Amino acid sequence: MTAIDQRPGIEQLLPLLGRLTGDEKHELSAESTVDVIWVLYDRVLRVDPAAPGAAGRDRFLVSKGHGPHAYYAVLAAKGFFPAAWLDDLAGPDSRLGHHADRTLVPGVEIGSGSLGHGLGLGVGVALGLRAQGLLDPRVYVLLGDAELDEGSNHEAIAYAGAAGLASLTAIVVDNRSASWRQDLAGVFTVHGWTAATVDGRDHDRLERALRGNLGSRPHVVVAEVHS
Amino acid sequence: MMRERFVATTTDLLDQDPRTALVLAEISAGLFRPAAARHPDRVLNLGIREQLMVGVAGGLALTGLRPILHSYATFAVDRVYEQLKLDLDHQDVGAVVVSVGASYDGSEYGYTHFSPADVALLDTLIGWTVHVPGHPDEVDPLLRAAAGRDDRTYLRLSSQSNDLPHADGLGLRVVRRGTDRAPVAVAVGPMLDPLLRAAAGLDLTVAYTNTPRPFDAAGLRALVGDGARVVLVEPYQAGTSARVVAEALSDLPHRLLALGVGRTDLRRYGSPADHARWHGLDPAGLRHALTR
Repeated sequence: MTAIDQRPGIEQLLPLLGRLTGDEKHELSAESTVDVIWVLYDRVLRVDPAAPGAAGRDRFLVSKGHGPHAYYAVLAAKGFFPAAWLDDLAGPDSRLGHHADRTLVPGVEIGSGSLGHGLGLGVGVALGLRAQGLLDPRVYVLLGDAELDEGSNHEAIAYAGAAGLASLTAIVVDNRSASWRQDLAGVFTVHGWTAATVDGRDHDRLERALRGNLGSRPHVVVAEVHS
Repeated sequence: MMRERFVATTTDLLDQDPRTALVLAEISAGLFRPAAARHPDRVLNLGIREQLMVGVAGGLALTGLRPILHSYATFAVDRVYEQLKLDLDHQDVGAVVVSVGASYDGSEYGYTHFSPADVALLDTLIGWTVHVPGHPDEVDPLLRAAAGRDDRTYLRLSSQSNDLPHADGLGLRVVRRGTDRAPVAVAVGPMLDPLLRAAAGLDLTVAYTNTPRPFDAAGLRALVGDGARVVLVEPYQAGTSARVVAEALSDLPHRLLALGVGRTDLRRYGSPADHARWHGLDPAGLRHALTR
C-alpha cells in the first residue's frame, strides 16, 4: 500500500464511502478505482459541478461500471450531487445504483454496467467533439483489466490507434481480476497508442501518466492496483 | 434503387446540415467517397467493426450530432443488438440506422446475410420508429424527416420494390377498398404489389404503410368493422406486428392472419423471388393463404 501522504485529499472520501456501504470502517484498499478517479477530479479533469453539461468540458466515461462506490464518493465530494444521495444506494427511489445511469446522476457521462461499451462510446464522443471544432476537451475512459476480455474493446482500440484519435485517453485499472492475463499496455501500443504503466495508488505518478499524452496519438494509462 | 437514394440524400444532408454524421463499417463506403472527401470529420468509415459503429454513433449523439449508421441489416441490427440497447436506448440518445439486405435480398449469399428478424428485434427495444419503404421515391422524405428528429429510427431498405410510390409515412393508406364486410389487409413496404396481385377479384380492403412503428392503430381501428378480420403481409418475420394489431383491437373480437417470412433456414440460394415463393409471399402463395 502506497503511503497516505502520497494520496493527498483522499481521506475525505472515507466517510462518504462509509455512507455508501454502511461500513464505518470502510478501507480505501477495497476500492481499486478510488485513487485514479480522485486524481482525475482533483487534478486533471476540466469539469464544473455547476455546469456539468458545458460543451467544452473534459469527458470522463466510466466503462467498468460495477463497484461505483469510489465514483459516487468523488462526485459527491466535488459537489456534483448532495452527499445525502449516498445513504440509499440502490434503494427503490435512489438515483444511485450499483451501475451509474447518466440520466439520473449529474456529472455521469454514460450509463454503464455491461462490460465493453464505454470505449466505443468514448471514441464516438471524441470524434463528435472534433467534428464540431471542439479540439480542447479530452475524453477519458475508465476500463478494468478483465473488461479487456470483451472483444468490442479491441474494435475501438484498433480503430482509435489507426485513426490517431489524439484526444482519447484510456485508463485500465489493473487489479489482476482477469482469468487470462493480457499484456495490457501492449494491447494498445501494438495499435499505435502511447502507454504509461504506473502504481495506481501513487497520485503524483498517476497525474503525470494521465497528462502523458503526446497530442498526436491516443494514450493509455495502466494503473496497477494490487492491494 | 433504394440504396442509391439513401446515398444521394445522405450526401446532401451532410452538405446542408452540420449536425449530420455518417458512420460506416465498410459497407457502401465507396459510394460515400465524395462526401467523405468534403466532410472527413463527419463521414466515418470504421472498418469492419459493427459494434464500434453503434458505440461511435452513441458517442456522436452524446455530443449533439445526429448520426446515421449503415450496414447490412444482419450486421446493423442482429449482430449489434446489445449495442443498440445500451449505446443508444440506455444512453437516451438517438440515431438513424439505415440497412440494406432486408430478409433475403442477398439470396445468393445465403442465410448469413439474411435478416428476417430485424424488425422483431427492434420491437423489443425502446421507442424505435421503423420505416420500410416500398419504393425508392419513399426513401428521401423518410430519411430527411428522420434526420431532423432526435429519436431512434430504423430505415429498412430493400432491392424489392413496388411499381409506384404510395405513402408519406403517416400511417395506413387505403389503396384498394372492399365492401364493408371485407377483411382488411395491411401490406408493409414492398409487399404491396404482390398482395394487390394476389387479391385480384377478392373482396379485400388493402391498406399500405411504410411505417410499421409506431403502428397506426387508430387507422386500423377506423378500417375494421365489428368482427374484424385482419391480414398482415410483412416482408420480414411472420407475426412481427401481430402484437400491435392485438393491442389495437384488444376490445374487439377479431381474427388475424399474419403472413411474412417463415422461421426457417432454408439453406438455399437462388433469387429473392425464389425466396418469396418459398415463404409463400409471391402472389400465388399469398392468394393461397387468403383463400384457404
